[in-house]
Amino acid sequence: MEHNGVAVKIRDLKMYFARRSGLIERRYVKAVDGVNLDLYTGETLAVVGESGSGKTTLGKTLLRLYTPTGGSIEFDGKDITHKPESELKWYRKVAQIIYQDPFSSLNPFFSVYRILEEPLIVHNVGSQEERKKRITETMHDVKLEPIEDFARKNPHMMSGGQRQRVAIGRALILNPKLIVADEPVSMLDASVRVEILYLLRGLQKEHDISFAYITHDIATVKYFSERMATMYAGRVVELAGTRQVISKPLHPYTQALIEAIPDPDPTNRHRNRNVPAGEPPDLSNPPPGCNFHPRCPFAMDICRGKEPTLEEVQPGHRVACWLHTEYDKPRA
Amino acid sequence: MNNKTILSVENLTLFYRMSNAVVRAVDGVSFSLRAGETLALVGESGCGKSSMANALIRILPRNVHTYSGTVQLDGTNVMQLDDDDFRETVRWKQMSMVFQGAMNVLNPVLKIGDQVAEPLIIHNKVEKHKALHEATDILGTTGLPDDVIERYPHELSGGMKQRAVIAMALIMKPNVVILDEPTSALDLITQANIMNLLKDLKRELSLSYIFITHDLSLASELSDLVAVMYAGKLAEVSDADHVYAEPLHPYTKKLLDSVPTLRTDKKPEFIPGAPPDLSEPPPGCRFHPRCPFAMDICKAKVPELKKQNGDRLVACWLYDKEGRA
Repeated sequence: MEHNGVAVKIRDLKMYFARRSGLIERRYVKAVDGVNLDLYTGETLAVVGESGSGKTTLGKTLLRLYTPTGGSIEFDGKDITHKPESELKWYRKVAQIIYQDPFSSLNPFFSVYRILEEPLIVHNVGSQEERKKRITETMHDVKLEPIEDFARKNPHMMSGGQRQRVAIGRALILNPKLIVADEPVSMLDASVRVEILYLLRGLQKEHDISFAYITHDIATVKYFSERMATMYAGRVVELAGTRQVISKPLHPYTQALIEAIPDPDPTNRHRNRNVPAGEPPDLSNPPPGCNFHPRCPFAMDICRGKEPTLEEVQPGHRVACWLHTEYDKPRA
Repeated sequence: MNNKTILSVENLTLFYRMSNAVVRAVDGVSFSLRAGETLALVGESGCGKSSMANALIRILPRNVHTYSGTVQLDGTNVMQLDDDDFRETVRWKQMSMVFQGAMNVLNPVLKIGDQVAEPLIIHNKVEKHKALHEATDILGTTGLPDDVIERYPHELSGGMKQRAVIAMALIMKPNVVILDEPTSALDLITQANIMNLLKDLKRELSLSYIFITHDLSLASELSDLVAVMYAGKLAEVSDADHVYAEPLHPYTKKLLDSVPTLRTDKKPEFIPGAPPDLSEPPPGCRFHPRCPFAMDICKAKVPELKKQNGDRLVACWLYDKEGRA
């Protein structure tokens, strides 16, 4: 797939959390377990999966909000995997996050102006006048207008959509190169959702930002991302161009996710959806072999014994599934 | 289906009193529902959907300003019952509710079996072991194993908890079940499994559902009828086939246009503006400030829900030509 360079390069990334069970025994929750992923410059990569799939942890780890257990993360060719916080200040400026919940991610005691000024203060950007100009520009960008009115408001005086605009503005104000948006619209009304997504899409193109769009909503992914990675139980199980995946998903889990999503169609009520039962596994004790095999309708013996790796089975289409890789392997 | 009407709501009104305003959350809503049918109540948040559910099952906060109208349930106007009679004869027995965010509905220190059996023991004075037996049955109907009655909520996954909450709503064998965003906190595949369960239960027990959701895609999974609510009033009530194929009210059209679809190439469009503050709704049609077709009359006079194109009901001056004159 053609692209203008790699913004973030993730190799064999592991993020385990220790969880104590009993007095002495320690168990690890393998939230992210061996992920290989490139985020291209200026693209939107959607990371899709159910809760507990590790998609949020992946996003936070690549922002170095966590220190990885293993593997490596490079940004613009620079290794940031284990850099101490004191050497990460430049990264804190270029890499930003938009959280899911605009009701709890904004300081309730700050006005919009102050919320947007905070990153500029922290990073010591510009004089007071320059800051004011930058804040005005940003508020215009995220369409918080009339600017004078909104600058004075506190978060509780605004709707969910408006608050999320503030959160987007806060992420944009330092001219970032990378934004991780973690379910940025899932708390908003359906009618506002697309509005915010169009706004994000427009800003991303205008400022050439690399975007990781973390979501469970494949219907919006189709419109707002170039490529899509499906995560299940800490691993990427499928990775390809978004339309390619949606028109022909190869991994049974991606297939199930797509089958689970209804379109507005009144004939839906006459049929049940063909989705697997059960729920994602306990990540401190994942099943052997392919993590999905206990729920997979096509599970074979090999799936229970050996973990499949992410392989390119069609041009630009990678999948970690024995249905697709077993037969291709001898040829490779 | 030409089943009898099981629920007929007329002019249902629920206003809340705030410190210096009256919030007109449900403002003269009328509709009816036949046995075995599902009515989806859709609209943006803050349009009064959940208030309508609360008004129907009479779970009201203290600051009620006005609560009036008629609710004919199986031939009786239950609005005439006092709170004790309502609790003893209607709630859970004839009409029950599955609440939003089921994960937080269950009592964390009680076993699932005890919680599901509780209404039987309290309302029907059934002996505990018999009640637990019935609870096991109904939990089984919702796809949970027998041993679940001995478990605590934290031992169950989100989907299992939701099944337990559905079982609780069904244990008194009601005819009408209100589902208030029953899958909002669940994962996609779990949501699909729960929707499958609700479809099965509807068929097997011929339940009537009132299905409250903001998601028109999800509404189409269950609904025979769709009622679109905007700012405390119904904008349109039609059978599902017609609403999705040919929406009449401009708000319904806009709402449908805003849905991203997976299987078509239609680009979603958003609705500019936001729903009005229900303490100060705009005069005339409440949608007129956001409506692309607004005329002078829309700003002045409230349109009524009237029959158009056969059995469809719509409250819009575009269709009500006589009223306009």
